[in-house]
Amino acid sequence: MTDLKMAEVATKPATTQVLSVSDLQAWYGESHILHGINFNVNAGEVVTLLGRNGAGKTTTLKSIMGIIGKRTGSIRFDNQEIIRTSSDKIARMGVAFCPEERGIFASLDVRENLLLPPIVRPGGLSLDQIFDLFPNLKERLNSQGTKLSGGEQQMLAIARILRTGARFLMLDEPTEGLAPVIIQQIGHTIARLKSEGFTILLVEQNFRFASTVADRYYIVEHGKVIDGFANSELSSNMDKLHTYLGV
Amino acid sequence: MQALYAQLLVGLINGSFYALLSLGLAVIFGMLNIINFAHGAVYMMGAFVAYFLLNLTGLGYWWALLIAPIVVGIFGMILERTMLQWLTGLDHLYGLLLTFGMALIIQGVFQNYFGSSGLPYAIPDELKGGMNLGFMFLPIYRGWVVIFSLIVCIATWYLIERTRLGAYLRAATENPTLVRAFGVNVPRMITLTYGLGVGLAALAGVLSAPINQVRPLMGADLIIVVFAVVVIGGMGSIMGSIITGFALGVIEGLTKYFYPEASNTVVFVLMVLVLLVKPTGLTGRAA
Repeated sequence: MTDLKMAEVATKPATTQVLSVSDLQAWYGESHILHGINFNVNAGEVVTLLGRNGAGKTTTLKSIMGIIGKRTGSIRFDNQEIIRTSSDKIARMGVAFCPEERGIFASLDVRENLLLPPIVRPGGLSLDQIFDLFPNLKERLNSQGTKLSGGEQQMLAIARILRTGARFLMLDEPTEGLAPVIIQQIGHTIARLKSEGFTILLVEQNFRFASTVADRYYIVEHGKVIDGFANSELSSNMDKLHTYLGV
Repeated sequence: MQALYAQLLVGLINGSFYALLSLGLAVIFGMLNIINFAHGAVYMMGAFVAYFLLNLTGLGYWWALLIAPIVVGIFGMILERTMLQWLTGLDHLYGLLLTFGMALIIQGVFQNYFGSSGLPYAIPDELKGGMNLGFMFLPIYRGWVVIFSLIVCIATWYLIERTRLGAYLRAATENPTLVRAFGVNVPRMITLTYGLGVGLAALAGVLSAPINQVRPLMGADLIIVVFAVVVIGGMGSIMGSIITGFALGVIEGLTKYFYPEASNTVVFVLMVLVLLVKPTGLTGRAA
């Protein structure tokens, strides 16, 4: 219950909740990874899950996407319970996922990778808008997907979910292993998506990067959300944050 | 020389069946990760559906070419939904045992009712007769089998390598979880893929009926060679299985001409050699 209260404190009142996760537990085979995750995301927000390696951030995203075998508790998206829903149906409801390992397909060229995710609803970005955000991709359309540089692969992984019309994006460590100039480009992209009304749930190790785009933070530790605060409360929470993240 | 050309033609015919069957096996292995030992049995079922259509309903060869792959494909999809789907994530051995068992049951049932001898199936009127090509006499039906098989193989290749549906298929072969998380109904796609692979085998069965008669064990005899073809070509490569299928048919035919004693073993000798040099097969990717 204390987790839930903290999550509620950090919520801005009178906004539409897009996602609400309560008492989420998840397992990989026999190992119990999530022990009761509570948080929520409001329409148009960028919310960042922070935490050390292995805390359960990625598992939380995967549970929301419906690709973790065993999960209990409640995940409500657009006021519908999706804890038992299969991942293809969740995607069709307008949830898009960009995995940490990027998931670029080697047997598909860049164009095929980009066009792979089906359109789930109208209102996605057009190819021109996508090439406007990521000019590099236009040059490499006929290359094999995995021949791209790490940064280009990350752009492709983000670009392909923008076409689908999904308005709720989950990005798992989009800056991992990338050069500063590319991290900056991804930061601009997230800011622009936010200004266009996308709702984004971000998992980040790179706290500096997160602080440039996030509205709110939740701290995940040992499979639980142990704290949460808004970006405006960041400076007063810095000490706590250093303890949590061990930096 | 006449005999050489004749053996080359027989080789191309056999190669057509090898290609159609190994293509289906490759598609199924890619998506389901199952080595489909029931492939010979469904090939035989294709021929039997053609036989039933003709003798029970009067629908001839051309209808059989269309209906048999659909009927057998649906049968395959039922097998996938009721049995094969439960093998997801298990060792290859389980799929191999299950499909081998299915093959024995299917063949046993047909043997029970039709014995082991062949039932006749006539060449359709439109494809009767032959052509004198100058250097050899070409029975029209045999020429048709080679050309039609080639067209079907290339169409299947195009479907998988060049279309949007094929992109889903290739992507789902690599990472089914992610493709599903994009909103694609992957389980349904797997069922349809099994139906497609099995349908290709049934089509080969129909093509073979006028040449080899309709026999319950016609697939069991063929499938052993087809598996050798698949091993040589490398599991999971579409173009590889087509080319290897035709090439090995021709090699077998040439062996029949130059050294008939080895014609039944040449494919297996090649398989051993390929396995020694390149265990993933000529065009296969490492697992």
